[in-house]
Amino acid sequence: MEFPSNPFRTFGGVRAPHRKNTAKSPAVMMPPPEQVIIPLCQHIGAPCNPIVKLKDPVFVGQKIADSPAFVSAPIHSSVSGTVTAISEITLVNGQSVKAVTITSDGTMTTDPNIQPPSFESREGFLKAVRESGLVGLGGAGFPTHVKLNIPPGKNVDTLLINAAECEPYITTDHRELLENSEAILDGIFVVLEQLSIARAIIGIESNKPDAIKLLRDMLAKDPRNSDRKVAVLALRARYPQGAEKVLIQAATQRIVPEGKLPLDVGCVVMNVTSVGFLGNFLKTGMPLITKRVTVDGSAVNTPQNVIVPIGTKVCDLISFCGGYKTEPKKMTLGGPMMGSALFSDEHPIIKQNNAVLAFNEKDSRISKPTACIHCGFCLEVCPMHLMPVMLEKYTEVNNVDELKNLSIMTCMECGCCSFNCPATRPLVHSIRLGKAMIRKADAAAKAKAEEEAKKAAEAQAEKSAD
Amino acid sequence: MKENLLVSSSPHLRGGRKTNMIMLDVIIALMPAVIASCIIFGWRAAIILGITTGVCVVSEWLSRLIMKRDNTIWDLSAVVTGILLAFNLPVSIHPVMAGIGGVVAIVVAKQMFGGLGQNFVNPALTARIVLMVSFPSQMSTWTKPFEYGYDAMTTASPLGILAESGDTPMPSYLDLFLGNHAGSLGETCALAIILGGAYLLVRRVISPIIPGCFLATVVIFSLIFQRDILVDLLSGGVLLGAFFMATDYATSPINWRGKIVFGIGCGIITMLIRIFGAMPEGVSFSIILMNIVTPHIERLTRPRAFGKARKERKNNEA
Repeated sequence: MEFPSNPFRTFGGVRAPHRKNTAKSPAVMMPPPEQVIIPLCQHIGAPCNPIVKLKDPVFVGQKIADSPAFVSAPIHSSVSGTVTAISEITLVNGQSVKAVTITSDGTMTTDPNIQPPSFESREGFLKAVRESGLVGLGGAGFPTHVKLNIPPGKNVDTLLINAAECEPYITTDHRELLENSEAILDGIFVVLEQLSIARAIIGIESNKPDAIKLLRDMLAKDPRNSDRKVAVLALRARYPQGAEKVLIQAATQRIVPEGKLPLDVGCVVMNVTSVGFLGNFLKTGMPLITKRVTVDGSAVNTPQNVIVPIGTKVCDLISFCGGYKTEPKKMTLGGPMMGSALFSDEHPIIKQNNAVLAFNEKDSRISKPTACIHCGFCLEVCPMHLMPVMLEKYTEVNNVDELKNLSIMTCMECGCCSFNCPATRPLVHSIRLGKAMIRKADAAAKAKAEEEAKKAAEAQAEKSAD
Repeated sequence: MKENLLVSSSPHLRGGRKTNMIMLDVIIALMPAVIASCIIFGWRAAIILGITTGVCVVSEWLSRLIMKRDNTIWDLSAVVTGILLAFNLPVSIHPVMAGIGGVVAIVVAKQMFGGLGQNFVNPALTARIVLMVSFPSQMSTWTKPFEYGYDAMTTASPLGILAESGDTPMPSYLDLFLGNHAGSLGETCALAIILGGAYLLVRRVISPIIPGCFLATVVIFSLIFQRDILVDLLSGGVLLGAFFMATDYATSPINWRGKIVFGIGCGIITMLIRIFGAMPEGVSFSIILMNIVTPHIERLTRPRAFGKARKERKNNEA
């Protein structure tokens, strides 16, 4: 198989500080909290409906919610105990979803029905993946069984394993590589076999030399890799190497066309923790009920990596990590570049979370935006070759056509432009507003077109009635 | 439970460089030329520098106050404008005229268009041109270097010598390089300007594209018209303009293709004025003219977004 020995050139990017303080901290298993709140939508797609009732007893790994929709993933209980509430909660992204509250009995009794999945065909494999509740664990939370369901006619030759982990602070993928390497390789080989993909490239940023060496050594010895199907690619340690399109460019030199998917350039991209989970799941049958999370930031007493039952409240997790060192002023779910700011520490940990950061007052300060000096630093760092400054200006004047012209929808909100802006302008925020404006305009245009079609049909009907 | 948390849009981390630090870098880069001008033209140079800088800062503060906007003197851009304006004036200019230049630069060229980043022409160059058409004789009287008093002898600038083709001898290359010749305050010492320009390049405040294209175009024209390349590069305001004026963020294109067009345009207009124009020097006009077309250059040289299809070329063969 052909593999690049060095990554291909990518556009832009910034030298964000690494701050991987927890890279040497092996993940600690967190004991089950008294109570977990499990939101019923932890993925992109249709929310699930609860299949348990109030006061039902539940086991660890028992399915508690599912949806008939294709783009969705079932939800499982992360503790054993009793359902004590089914209520509506607001997630950090502003979405309002149903959530099942389970009060733990402390025994962590496993669901007796859990057994390793068996399958003979690709359909069976995808069904098993769906039942595991797996979603993209890198942050986006796209249901994995949908991603792996390659439509006929698409020729996929490369499986990309994303272990770049370019966000500052976060070390969960790094720890996954070191602690769960066997399962990662198992997962990769199963996916390659089931989807008949020719090669896999594991992309790791060069700031994790221990992980790169470990994986390379293991692959050299692995009999399954005798025909050299899988290789490790050391990526430049430059944010955002782990962004899907940037990773594809770095590993294959292919450019995903505007509005298209990695599938259209023959790639499937999976997060390393997702394949690691898959490897374990195929052996044990235990669905996705825990997540490795980096707890760090200036307001946390003991920064470390923790394996957390899904649904654990952030405040319980922080208490497990020695509590707050000082009064936290800002807390984020996810890294400082793309993570969302928490409005309350009662928020539950969900599947695709990989970090909880708490910052003190000093680290939370935001300088006031000043006038744009037209320096063009935002253009220099944009990995998508966009013009953030122009997107901001056209958003301010509600110019939908120009925004579309400038491909605003290509923006992945990596934050490089805002990071690099000497006037500390909230460029990403403006771009988000601009995107929302376009979605609204598109929806309005669609509604108008439908109404006109209806009117035309009515007029036609009247005419023929005459 | 913590509920009093700050919620803001990502990213939650910012890079270190702020506007005032960039401006401070520019001021540091201007320092060698400031020192050189004070050595070459003496205490009168220091007075002109002080007047323009002071008037610019005060104008900035007053105009923001009158317009009921935030005070922006601490972004240091007015200081940069003040120094650059002084650099474009002859040392013999009347201090009141220098002051008028400062007011024109800040109030007319900059604040009336919305302040920092919104001006469409370079404030210091606009002020220079306003002074040139208002006080033509004062603005083209050049004093001999190293004669510090008010009774200093006047002489012609190197480009003047070139244009007039009179009896005055041309200064040697070394004199041109070190600044031992007549000219505006900041433009004579090529060495000091190159030092400052190198600092800006090393600190990545400016990109090398605009100065590179500007100077390359000047060299090419000089070759074509069989002029003295070194005299064309070292005399007049070419170096000062290429490193400090044409690279002004607000009035030059933001992406690299635009910068190439802008730099070449500046070079062409400069040389056309020098060779065919009535005036000996054309750097300030060339930069101002290119400033005006910058929005159009920018529109025509937009970067192609990641994955955006190339526009289908029209088939001309049909």
